[in-house]
Amino acid sequence: MSAAYWRRAMNIAPSKVATRTLVAPSPVAQTAPDAYAHSDAPRWLKSLWTRLSARHVLVALFVLLYPFIATPFFTYQVGAQALGLGLIALSLTFLGGYGGMVSLAQATVAGLAGYLVAIFGSSSMATISLGWPWWLAVPFAVAIATVFATLVGWLSVRTEGIYTIMITLAIGVAFFYLTQQNYTLFNGFQGFNQVFAPTVLELNFREPVPFYFLALACALAGYFFVKMLVRAPFGVALQGIRDNPRRMHALGYHVNAHRVAAYAVAGLMAAVGGVLMVWYNSRISPGTANVGAMIGILIIAVLGGMKHPIGAFIGAITYVLLQNFAIDAIPGFRERFNLVIGGVFLAIVLFSPDGLLGIWSKLRLHLMKGQSPTSNQRRLQ
Amino acid sequence: MNGRVRRTRAHWAAWLLFGLPILALAIWAIVDNDRLFFTTFLNSLTLASLYFLVASGFTLVFGLMRNVNLAHGSLYLVGAYVGWVVGDYTDSWLLAVAAGFITAALIGLLMQVVVFRHMQGQDLRQTLVTIGLSIMLADVMLWIFGGEIYTFEPPKWIYGSTVLPIVAKFPTYRISVFVMALAIGLALWWFLARTRVGMMIRAGVDDRGMLAASGVNVQLVFAVTFAIGAGLAGFAGVVGGSALSISPGEDTRYLLASLVVVIVGGMGSVGGAAIGALLIGAAEQFGLAYAPTYSVVFTFVIMVLALAFRPRGLMGKAA
Amino acid sequence: MLNKRVWARSMLGAAAAVALAGPAWSQETLKIGLLATLEGPFAVPGQDSMRGADLALKLKNGMAGGKKIEFVKVSSDATPDKAVSATRKAVEQDKVQIMIGPLSGDEGIAVKNYAKSQPNITFINGSSGAQATTLSDPSPNFYRFNTEGAQWMVGLGEHALGKGYKKMFLISEDYGFPYSQVQGFMASYCAKGGKVVDKAWVPLGTKDYASVIAKIPKDVDALLVVLGGSDAVNFLTQYEQAGGDKPMIGGSITVDQTVLNFKGKRRESLLGTASAGPMADSIDTPEWKKFVADYKANFKDGFPSPSLFAYLYYINTKATLDALDAVKGDLSGGQKAYREALQKTNFKGPAGDVKIDSNRNGVGTTYITEVTKAPDGSFYNKVVKSVPDITQTLGLPEAEFKKMGLGSRDVPDCRK
Repeated sequence: MSAAYWRRAMNIAPSKVATRTLVAPSPVAQTAPDAYAHSDAPRWLKSLWTRLSARHVLVALFVLLYPFIATPFFTYQVGAQALGLGLIALSLTFLGGYGGMVSLAQATVAGLAGYLVAIFGSSSMATISLGWPWWLAVPFAVAIATVFATLVGWLSVRTEGIYTIMITLAIGVAFFYLTQQNYTLFNGFQGFNQVFAPTVLELNFREPVPFYFLALACALAGYFFVKMLVRAPFGVALQGIRDNPRRMHALGYHVNAHRVAAYAVAGLMAAVGGVLMVWYNSRISPGTANVGAMIGILIIAVLGGMKHPIGAFIGAITYVLLQNFAIDAIPGFRERFNLVIGGVFLAIVLFSPDGLLGIWSKLRLHLMKGQSPTSNQRRLQ
Repeated sequence: MNGRVRRTRAHWAAWLLFGLPILALAIWAIVDNDRLFFTTFLNSLTLASLYFLVASGFTLVFGLMRNVNLAHGSLYLVGAYVGWVVGDYTDSWLLAVAAGFITAALIGLLMQVVVFRHMQGQDLRQTLVTIGLSIMLADVMLWIFGGEIYTFEPPKWIYGSTVLPIVAKFPTYRISVFVMALAIGLALWWFLARTRVGMMIRAGVDDRGMLAASGVNVQLVFAVTFAIGAGLAGFAGVVGGSALSISPGEDTRYLLASLVVVIVGGMGSVGGAAIGALLIGAAEQFGLAYAPTYSVVFTFVIMVLALAFRPRGLMGKAA
Repeated sequence: MLNKRVWARSMLGAAAAVALAGPAWSQETLKIGLLATLEGPFAVPGQDSMRGADLALKLKNGMAGGKKIEFVKVSSDATPDKAVSATRKAVEQDKVQIMIGPLSGDEGIAVKNYAKSQPNITFINGSSGAQATTLSDPSPNFYRFNTEGAQWMVGLGEHALGKGYKKMFLISEDYGFPYSQVQGFMASYCAKGGKVVDKAWVPLGTKDYASVIAKIPKDVDALLVVLGGSDAVNFLTQYEQAGGDKPMIGGSITVDQTVLNFKGKRRESLLGTASAGPMADSIDTPEWKKFVADYKANFKDGFPSPSLFAYLYYINTKATLDALDAVKGDLSGGQKAYREALQKTNFKGPAGDVKIDSNRNGVGTTYITEVTKAPDGSFYNKVVKSVPDITQTLGLPEAEFKKMGLGSRDVPDCRK
């Protein structure tokens, strides 16, 4: 299906496209006049000025300058880990929030990518690892993991929506047991140690600051990719399929193909996240992609809010901070981390299904009662 | 007419494709070590019974209310622990079983009435809530009961071993588990097929909207179904805990087993749960006996195959 | 108004003075990181391991090397990833100079790999007992004063032969720690003529042993059962239910305290089961009795007797602190003097001498035990024999051991 066809389909019957989209492309009228209409600046600069706000600039500055103001521990264990986990959670946000398919197998795809990096690259198990250089091992690992994600998608879309959670959970557990029992390829229970990030152009990516920037680059790429994709015809069609598959099918869209393609895209992001995490931990074992990890990614995605890509990263930062520092703050919490995170997750699902982002947007509406509703909606994107 | 002939042919082809190799393997195994084969066969019946008990509740809830209750495993464990406490206090295994059933049923009832009733139609949200509940329940139980192992004391007359042909000594308790599951399966069938409430449940599984439209108090039916489903899990907790002890990881184990059984057998169908349980129990036990390294993966391979060829499950109804 | 301002300012000044003078009052404090598994199903052993470490510090009155010692306690959930995260937090965020831990074998390997990236910090083991931690690719700043899984089973082979068990059948969990345990047993058992006719490796987490029990050959003399915790209880129960009556030899965690104290009826069939490990509840030496008494006096909420983990953390912590005393707290120069003192550390622990070999791995005593009934009806492990000075080569000449390699599914093998 060509892009022109998509555009034509959208233009012919705009009312048929699902109204409950997350991103409102055209219906929201631009009430504010174009302040830069008479300026001589090039068009891309003008569009940047209209879209950006102080908030975006501040966040960008903070995220870029973070490693220089924070300690190496914070940069690595909090910053880089949050970005890596956030990228995997982003794949789930894309698939679940925009595609309506909550897949618990994202951690599995990430784990498979990590394992493949260890198998193709170098690790402590010289008998299994092939020792390829990183620029060969990583693309192969990501590619194979994406193919695996597509297969998972193909299996999962054959049944109804809620089934997806069951099936992906079962597939994830099967992978866990496979890696635990197989010694020839996956080295069983011990897994692989000493899977180190490479040194590229004299930048040692095992150091906190370079690794942080690598994670940041991947996370930003994922974030902007998702933002762009949901506005593109593919993404809008996906949201339509989420809201009403029957209508989309009647319109002529191949519903299952779209869904499988969404799994592939999400798989790609999760695979990149998996490579980051295996380099972060310098090791991988079956426990990295067990049931706890699969549910952990779900918790992160739901915690932040599945309505916007930034939610995945907000959830990841909250989760990492809780994990690292709540044990110090509240005595007795150390052992009951699961209870608290489960309680927080439950509270969010019960009272604020849009996660922390939902709470934030409600707060802002509350505080900014004066301004017009439409200008707020623009900001919420 | 041609279509029907083709379908029957495809049916036969499938039976031969899967059946012949299995038959050949079975004959080889009997000739090789018949005691092992028949012991494994009986063990698979026991395991299938346990899985059926747990999965039947899961599939009822899923079929009727479209709620993937991922806290089902936790209900199993709660029933087991509470049953243990009652059994320890009263020294009566039968009371422990009853306590397990009642506790789990009550918790299930609470979950439905307090939480899920207000989320009607939001299947995904309900499922996420069950995930949160299962995490919390698991941690609370870990807190209270610790990581130790708990075993039960079934009465002497079903404990010990019986002498059977070929197999020599076989644990009596396992035979009784099979008998119990058979009884409960029949009771469930009778309940669903011959009582009014059962009829409403079956109607609801087929078409929820029409059930409400025909004037039935749907919320009451939901509550009863959830209570029964949860209670079955708690009952299975005590019964299963007497065969194999209870410890913290059991909830995930039985949840996953229920998932696979329901996917293979078909959602909403108790008969499908029985067939799925038999298949999965056999796969696990025979795998453990003849190819232990990958026995656990076999069950999931079966699930994947079932999904690839019959997405609705062996006896599933149209979604 | 003026009074209030004056009052506020003088309070501020006093607070500042106290803050500045503060450090001058307190002694120098040395932070030592302590990692154990406090989350998940291993939380209970983890708590006991912390008690062992606390006891070692208490018996030194909280001081070592002339400085006050402060434990920075971090926890993991028995996964290697979490262990490394917690260690990294202690080392990089809380700035500890010495790190004690972790608890389980795979965590130990992961922490050892992390230790390589922190050459200026000294890492001392908690209770992890994987062979690979010190045998494959060891780290020069990782010290283990306890013996590991394979060493714990040396001597049990001869004991089995002494009881007339010439042919045995192995039932064991399929992962690293049992591999080492089996290697420790078979190293001398096979060398002295015993045969392990077959090995049934059961996937980790299996609860149903009925098929494995059905596979037990009729002509073996005894079963070698290397299962842990709940798996052991399940197996023993099911074996009895299936009418089995062969005697058993257990691994170090197959008939330990947790299994003998499980909440259910004690099985008479357990009596007489032999096992081996680095300690036992019933060791009859004055040092052990003092250790138990100290443990009981200091921890009213602890077990009736210190567990394996309390003991292992105790000896590793005591070694850490003793070496600090030896260098009078001098951790300068990349801790060179301190590490030399660690290498030379040698004291009489509660269950035998504590010292390390040139590979920085513990050399210690293994106790052979048998399950016996106490007068009050409870079961305990009675010490039958103690085998001292066991090294990582398991009693074999070093060249032969290196040829054998680390324990795995097929190593060692003596079927015929």
